[in-house]
Amino acid sequence: MTTPRKALALISGGLDSLLAARVIQEQGIHVEGVNFFTGFCVEGHTHAIRKKDQAKPKRNNALWVAEQLGIKLHIVDIVEEYKDVVLNPTHGYGANLNPCLDCKIFMVHKAQEWIDKHGFDFIITGEVIGQRPMSQRKDTMPVVADQSGAGDRLLRPLCAQNLPQTMPEREGWVDRERLYGFSGRSRKPQMALAKQYGFEDYATPAGGCCFLTDENYSHKLGDLWQARGERRYELDDIMLLKVGRHLRPRPYFKMIISREEGEARFLEGYRKQFRHMRTVSHIGPMALIDASRFDQEDAQIAASLLARFSQGRDAPSVEVEYIDELGVAHGFTVPPMSPAQIPKEWYL
Amino acid sequence: MSRHHLDARRLLCPMPVIRTQDRIATLAVGDILEVHATDPGAINDIGAWCRINGHKVLQAQNDDGEILMILEVGQS
Ligand code: SF4
Repeated sequence: MTTPRKALALISGGLDSLLAARVIQEQGIHVEGVNFFTGFCVEGHTHAIRKKDQAKPKRNNALWVAEQLGIKLHIVDIVEEYKDVVLNPTHGYGANLNPCLDCKIFMVHKAQEWIDKHGFDFIITGEVIGQRPMSQRKDTMPVVADQSGAGDRLLRPLCAQNLPQTMPEREGWVDRERLYGFSGRSRKPQMALAKQYGFEDYATPAGGCCFLTDENYSHKLGDLWQARGERRYELDDIMLLKVGRHLRPRPYFKMIISREEGEARFLEGYRKQFRHMRTVSHIGPMALIDASRFDQEDAQIAASLLARFSQGRDAPSVEVEYIDELGVAHGFTVPPMSPAQIPKEWYL
Repeated sequence: MSRHHLDARRLLCPMPVIRTQDRIATLAVGDILEVHATDPGAINDIGAWCRINGHKVLQAQNDDGEILMILEVGQS
């Protein structure tokens, strides 16, 4: 008996990659999965942070998918290398700061490196022609294959019948007749196939697989770059953009204000890296202050703003403790700002 | 068989899983890895990762937000 051919499936955690992998498994191919962690993935984080979400059962969808399929999953941290994709996308951005086409090319390229190293034969993705306006179009499919270096070792089982033959088909490793020809934005064919395979309870992310497709998130990221005068980020920066209310009262300082206890606890973890504030006289949020400079007057503004989000919002004054960049504590007694005093533009 | 520790506290999922995976790749079958984490998702995620990759979870506890998982490296 010959050893089975091996395929590496890009597993996002959504239905399409689940189905694509199963279609190939059904043809007797040994499949393993890879999931790339970019730092922008929607998975887990916000749920893990917010206390009210902690009671809900949580799962990492990519791991869940792998378990449904009975395959190994390799999770690869690409945070550092991915920065260049986000900062300098050759093919530009989608509706927000999502560089989907460059992202696909990069991930398939990483998958190609992985299969070379581990002796796998080909790569599969759950892409469907026309499913997403930027990265999953008939004209972008060959771009991903060519520019990633995967060429005809990249097979998209769900829409393969609409695309030229790939190596696994040509070599007879997989039967083209038993692949699919899905196209367009409709999810019905995928849902029907899921039913046929008996998959239930799969994740149906709106928008996309990452925060970069989110308008508000992209706005906050753009603001960060503008305030710093340069386009760069660290993992902590992009994590913090997912947490709390972000307000920028001055071009040179921004506040990240917790909305509930779980977020406050999360922000506390950053106390050593940031100036920060807490209300003392009343129960209230925790705030980090991200500033290039910050004087007493700024501290007064920040304290009043913070007081607005505390239980002392209707009190004549609220005591706030401010810890400066040297770790020195300062006390302030300030009147809370009224909602009318907070310009809309401060909210990011 | 040897015993190892991994400090994955303050990391958010999937980082604790990635650290666990990368550490286990350097260990031998039968070795024990103690993972300390604070993301409550780690119990589910590391558990699922172990199940699909053939490792055993000997113990998983959440002590007021301090998570401890004791894993035995399997044949993967
Ligand atoms: S939504 Fe995000 S992860 Fe998905 S292809 Fe676009 S940039 Fe990449």
